[in-house]
Amino acid sequence: MARMTMIQSIRSAMDVAMGRDENVVVFGEDVGFFGGVFRCTQGLQEKYGSQRCFDAPISETGIIGAAVGMAVYGIRPCVEIQFADYVYPGFDQIASEAARIRYRSNNDFTVPMVVRMPTGGGIFGGQTHSQSPEALFAHISGIKTVIPSNPYDAKGLLIASIEDEDPVMFLEPKRLYNGPFDGHHDRPVTPWSKHELGEVPEDHYTVPLGKAAVRREGADVTMLVYGTMVYVAEAAAEETGIDAEIIDLRTLLPLDMETIEESVKKTGRCVIVHEATRTCGYGAELAAIVAENCFYHLEAPVIRVTGYDTPYPHAHEWDYFPGPKRVGDALKKVMEAA
Amino acid sequence: MSKGSGETPPLSLYVPEPEFRPGDKPDFSNVPIPKAGAAQRPPVDVEAGDIRDLAYTIIRVMNREGEAVGPWADALTDEEVKEGLEDMMRVRAFDARMTMAQRQGKTSFYMQCLGEEAIACAFSKVLQRGDMNFPTYRQQGLLLSTDYPMSDMINQIYSNAADPLQGRQLPIMYSSKEHGFFTISGNLATQFMQGVGWAMASAIKGDTKIATAWIGEGSTAENDFHAGLVFASTYRAPVVLNIVNNQWAISTFQGIARGGAATFASRGLGFGIPSLRVDGNDYLAVYAVAKWATERARMGLGPTLIEHVTYRMGAHSTSDDPSAYRAKEESTSWPLGDPVERLKDYLIKRGVWSDAQHHQMKEMLESQVAEAQKQAEKNGTLHDGPHSSPATMFDDVYKDMPLHLRRQRQEAGF
Ligand SMILES: Cc1ncc(C[n+]2csc(CCOP(=O)(O)OP(=O)(O)O)c2C)c(N)n1
Ligand SMILES: [Mg+2]
Repeated sequence: MARMTMIQSIRSAMDVAMGRDENVVVFGEDVGFFGGVFRCTQGLQEKYGSQRCFDAPISETGIIGAAVGMAVYGIRPCVEIQFADYVYPGFDQIASEAARIRYRSNNDFTVPMVVRMPTGGGIFGGQTHSQSPEALFAHISGIKTVIPSNPYDAKGLLIASIEDEDPVMFLEPKRLYNGPFDGHHDRPVTPWSKHELGEVPEDHYTVPLGKAAVRREGADVTMLVYGTMVYVAEAAAEETGIDAEIIDLRTLLPLDMETIEESVKKTGRCVIVHEATRTCGYGAELAAIVAENCFYHLEAPVIRVTGYDTPYPHAHEWDYFPGPKRVGDALKKVMEAA
Repeated sequence: MSKGSGETPPLSLYVPEPEFRPGDKPDFSNVPIPKAGAAQRPPVDVEAGDIRDLAYTIIRVMNREGEAVGPWADALTDEEVKEGLEDMMRVRAFDARMTMAQRQGKTSFYMQCLGEEAIACAFSKVLQRGDMNFPTYRQQGLLLSTDYPMSDMINQIYSNAADPLQGRQLPIMYSSKEHGFFTISGNLATQFMQGVGWAMASAIKGDTKIATAWIGEGSTAENDFHAGLVFASTYRAPVVLNIVNNQWAISTFQGIARGGAATFASRGLGFGIPSLRVDGNDYLAVYAVAKWATERARMGLGPTLIEHVTYRMGAHSTSDDPSAYRAKEESTSWPLGDPVERLKDYLIKRGVWSDAQHHQMKEMLESQVAEAQKQAEKNGTLHDGPHSSPATMFDDVYKDMPLHLRRQRQEAGF
């Protein structure tokens, strides 16, 4: 098996998908000759030609709207939005169109497209290169929302997304592109080549949408996390010595409710962590699901650790980012509750 | 619907390609460069349809001999031109130093405007206190040609304790109402429409202020560009709409925004907006066109669209390396030359400037920038601090802090 970074595994997913199905096309800003500002599409134009991998005008409305039209025709666009922060001009095409076309046409027209976008902070990108808009997507009925946390999953989930018959928002935590990042920004980054989930098969495989992964089994508390926060949760569990069960959701919608409920019923405690802002964040949905389905098993209030309800700051990046200290404090707090 | 004959050939997707890529030898001899002085200068109350030619030509003032010729050669005094040269050289010195500061790890990011200095520097000369610019990240010349303190720009770039924006914004995303500089957004094109709205407000209020809106040629593909044109035209907003066509949008050549087939300036014609294309590397031409357009706006004649034809000589930003996607010698082969050198030649030709004076000015400006940098560094740098208190992170999300934010700040312990 090959060792890959998350950039390489995402590229490999598109390569495999394009190789197997000539209906798969890739486009977006700077993705053609250059291969994308994060280099995720590098080499695809050379290999598959500029009719199947090309640069788009700087119009997110255009990119997503064109993808909808192509998907309706019957081909499978996998488009890139340069940063999740720039998806908003395309939002109408997602929320009002892609999400509802199957329903409103009674299956006459469908939209099998993928919209990839780097998400999250931790790179000193300021308020327009750091956002985590996943809750906005998960709120919309008719689209799926996926956030991988490692190269192996990224490839398998992306292929599954491209092969899926419904529109998928595929959010790539950019801080994880080159290695698992646990929030200790002052320490050297471990590269994916040193991590077991950096081992990625070269050929086709899928990781099914709607299936969470238990990253660490534990008895004391369930941690519901995704993306970068998987590693922050691991660090917090290790540093506090609390026996946490860490669940990497991988897809927010469809959500693997069974794995979540089973775990919370076992541990009786739940901490939810995300980098996105708190109010109406995805954690609110998770907390409600846990309260509705596991209430009589709970021994402590469910706690959320999240980004604050402010724009993502530049200088105060590490004060904003929910790092292992804040997450560890939350773990201790749920353990102290009677 | 008829059944169709089935006799038409299979279709194929057309994807434009730039003429040159890394390894190619760029040759721009086929790019038509009109003679300086050749373009007409119409009265400011002209109808768009009567000056269609100006949307397709390039208005130029300085000829190859370094003389100002033709109807757009304006009555700038030698002192004013020297000041313009100084502004451009200050911008260049500032960009060089800040690019270096980023490399040295003093900040996270920087964007220079190398080769495009004439545009913002000349434009700022026709603006008045009270006017408002809605700039992109490449119009630092609008601030550096006014009395905005250079050390405050560096404080912002360093996100340090004296940053006027309290470390909230990415470097170079300046904001100064007092200096007519609207807060820069990282989201492309949004400001273009907002500038039109601001101008409409000035008209609603019966004021005399005008706005300028700015956009890169790549970003003209965004919705806000088209919305800006239709609003500006419909309501005759007192606004000057500027497209800076520096040929590239990161790695994407202007053909992907459908330049080439039609000029960017010509987009305005469909909305009945007088549209001009100007040599953006010719300080004197930019000045004259800016003056013409702002006069129209001030007289209530409505918007003007200007395409500034230039070339992005540097990388897109400090995160970018253009050698991966464009031919190495493109920037030096670009036929419109270097705006600083061209204005210098003009002044020398006039007999009011010399190489020695030029060199002296360059050194003076470099030490001016170095001094401002030294001042700013007393207030800290991005990674070494100090910064404003992290408690300030929660301020100004709203005028009054709602309860949930007060709680979050308390929990954070700031
Ligand atoms: C809405 C939005 N989409 C994409 C980007 C990413 N981006 C930043 S600069 C840039 C290129 C802009 O090119 P152009 O408009 O020609 O301006 P230039 O950089 O050449 O001055 C892109 C695609 C962004 N900042 N905002
Ligand atoms: Mg450009």
